[in-house]
Amino acid sequence: MKASGHRVIGPSGEVSGPTLLALLIVIPLALALGGCTHRSADNSGELRVTIKTDPKTLNPLMAEEDASDRIRYLTGGVLIRVNRKQQENQGELAENWNVDEGGRRITFNLRAGVKFSDGSDFSADDVVATVKAALDPSLHSPKGDPLRAGGKADVRALDRNRVVITFEHPIAGIERLFDEIAISPARMAGKADSSVVLGAFSVAEQRAGEYVLLKRNPYYWKKDSAGHQLPYLNAIRMYVLSNRDTELIRFRQGDIHLIDSLPPDLYEQLHSDDPGAARDLGPSIESEQLWFNEVAKAPIPAYKKAWFRSRNFRRAISSAINRADLARVAFRGHATPSVGLLSPANKFWFDKNLRPIAYDTNAALELLKQDGFSKIGDTLKDRGGNPVSFSLITNAGNKQRERMGSLIQQDLQQIGITVNFVPLDFPSIAERIMKTYDYDACMLGLTNVDLDPNGQVNVWMSSADLHQWNPQQKTPETEWEAQIDKYLRAQAATLNRPERKADFDKVQEIVADEDPMLYLVDKNALVAVSPKVKNADPVVLTPQTYWNAEYLSLEK
Amino acid sequence: MSRARWIAVGLLIALFVLVLFAGAFAPAPYAKQFRNDTDHRPSEQFPLGTDELGRDRLSRLLYGMRISLLLAPAAALISTALAALIGGAGAYMGGAWDRATGMFIDLFLSLPWLFLLLTLRALLPLDIPAVTSVVVTFALLGILGWAASARIVAASVRSIRTSEFLLQARAAGCKPSRLLLRHVLPNVKPILLAQFWISVPLFILTEANLGMLGLGVTEPLPSWGNLLRELENYTALRHSPWLWVPLLSLVMVVSLFQFALGAEERA
Repeated sequence: MKASGHRVIGPSGEVSGPTLLALLIVIPLALALGGCTHRSADNSGELRVTIKTDPKTLNPLMAEEDASDRIRYLTGGVLIRVNRKQQENQGELAENWNVDEGGRRITFNLRAGVKFSDGSDFSADDVVATVKAALDPSLHSPKGDPLRAGGKADVRALDRNRVVITFEHPIAGIERLFDEIAISPARMAGKADSSVVLGAFSVAEQRAGEYVLLKRNPYYWKKDSAGHQLPYLNAIRMYVLSNRDTELIRFRQGDIHLIDSLPPDLYEQLHSDDPGAARDLGPSIESEQLWFNEVAKAPIPAYKKAWFRSRNFRRAISSAINRADLARVAFRGHATPSVGLLSPANKFWFDKNLRPIAYDTNAALELLKQDGFSKIGDTLKDRGGNPVSFSLITNAGNKQRERMGSLIQQDLQQIGITVNFVPLDFPSIAERIMKTYDYDACMLGLTNVDLDPNGQVNVWMSSADLHQWNPQQKTPETEWEAQIDKYLRAQAATLNRPERKADFDKVQEIVADEDPMLYLVDKNALVAVSPKVKNADPVVLTPQTYWNAEYLSLEK
Repeated sequence: MSRARWIAVGLLIALFVLVLFAGAFAPAPYAKQFRNDTDHRPSEQFPLGTDELGRDRLSRLLYGMRISLLLAPAAALISTALAALIGGAGAYMGGAWDRATGMFIDLFLSLPWLFLLLTLRALLPLDIPAVTSVVVTFALLGILGWAASARIVAASVRSIRTSEFLLQARAAGCKPSRLLLRHVLPNVKPILLAQFWISVPLFILTEANLGMLGLGVTEPLPSWGNLLRELENYTALRHSPWLWVPLLSLVMVVSLFQFALGAEERA
């Protein structure tokens, strides 16, 4: 998308002839239009938000990183939308749908009379072309990856308003995957640029390093309860701004209307000056974890591997960490001690039977004693006489993690363990945890982008690359990892939601019992909302403040 | 010596005694976290308040000053000595040697040190104690920070080499070693001293920046550098003016060094 410098005034503001008469007509007209433009700039209905980087792509099928994905969300019309508030699927371009043949087939009944933002008609052919493009292995669409897990697929239009997709293998929770597939015109499928869309806004202008401007889609199909055409806003300007301090300054100046995922320190600053604008939405689905290196071939001493592979050792460390202090001190109270691998913010899938992990140094020492550890003076030693000491790496520059590292360092000192806390640059961390395995313990955060457990298969299957403590196992190295694999497969093989829930509850319970990853805190969703924005109803899921962008408007 | 110089020397000695015996003056251990008193305002218990983890800021300042005041000058000494050796020797020998050292200095200055330091940190073992990490950090700063000073030293030696008084000394039959020790070095000394004193605060600040990349004084050890990181929070500075104390103390110490140096050395 190229920049267009004439859009503000509009075609009628351009001087087409040199004659005095024309000037006499055009100048007052231009002034009048300019006046209108200025008035509408005051009440322009242009919402201003930020993205941290330039979008890498405007092709909705290729969106992967945060900026591209936010633009996809605002511009893309989808068949099914996961409602960010209720966390339930709801029909969008598909009025209804039906999943049958054991989860191998999904049939969509499409909404009639829908048009793209250029005025062209939407039909089943557009859906077929888009889904085929997403499934095309040569495109490498990250949005198509989960669909390709169903094997060979047959995508066909039954008529103008009905599409059926049949997969080789069943895909559990298949409906939610269509929340990510933005339907493009058939002629642009696979190479769309978000300028011709079915969503509430389309990309009108992009200036690298400055902003992306989204304009209202005049043909958007949705209307409000009073029958008014949506969206209310004329435009959304997404400034490219990576510095969070600057973002807050501009918010205070009224230059930016909404901020997602505020860091706790900035939230506190805003809250002290303008309590109405700062909102703590409670636990989000983002958590912070710590894990030990259990890789057999890791270049660390054998006695350390034995510690890290011991369930008692991991549970003892877990008990000796004061999670309440992590939440209170490191996150200024804007986090909640984790209970398990899912946050309670994941309403349906969170296992409510899990109990909070108690902070108890005596219990920790008791567990360690069972493994032959003993505390001599201020130092804990294993049965071989080795003092218990390990390094803990995290990414440098993340204030909350750096604080957590210092707190954990002091917590574990209480039971005689020395922690060498080493913040490193991220590429060094990735190198150590993914390639060389030259580390003892690592603390990072995982962002769950999907509420469904299938979104976590890439972490919990023993063969997975992101099975961080011991990745890419050919066969499960422990009995409990084999159990997790079994339950993950079982939940993926059934369409029955309660059955899937029961299977994933088992996974959560095994993880809580074995502690391969020590879940520390669930971060609260902290946002800033300008009082000028009407109908704002922030939620914990991304995009937190403008998930309902079509209903947002600005106070005049 | 002037009165101001005496006062500066006296204050510096007092400061060194204070930081060397920080344990006796610090209200609390520098790493102790008073978790119920985070970001505390100055009080009787915490004269400079507490940091975000509830650690007594005065204690951390005293210990941090000790680390920085002992190790930053050591690093500055290494870098100034290397600058004198490489820049001074090349320029004194002149001709091809001068050109070769000039190219070497330019090459050294053009290297992306930040990335090399990051690579170096990635290669270091993770399980090194915090104290070793500090010493390694300042040693690296000293070994890598000589090039800019060397260029200045070289320029000065070059002008001395072609000066008339050296020509006369050479004509009078002075040996090269005498020329170097009696004529060149005394004239380069103020430049070397200036480079040394410029390097001290520079290394303290560099250590602070490296700390943000994981290559500095590691937790829970304090350093002047990581105390200065609190100045990043500009809004807190408005409400918490005591956060300026580490910066003011740094300015004060550098100024005291300047006074203690005396006008003739600084000239």
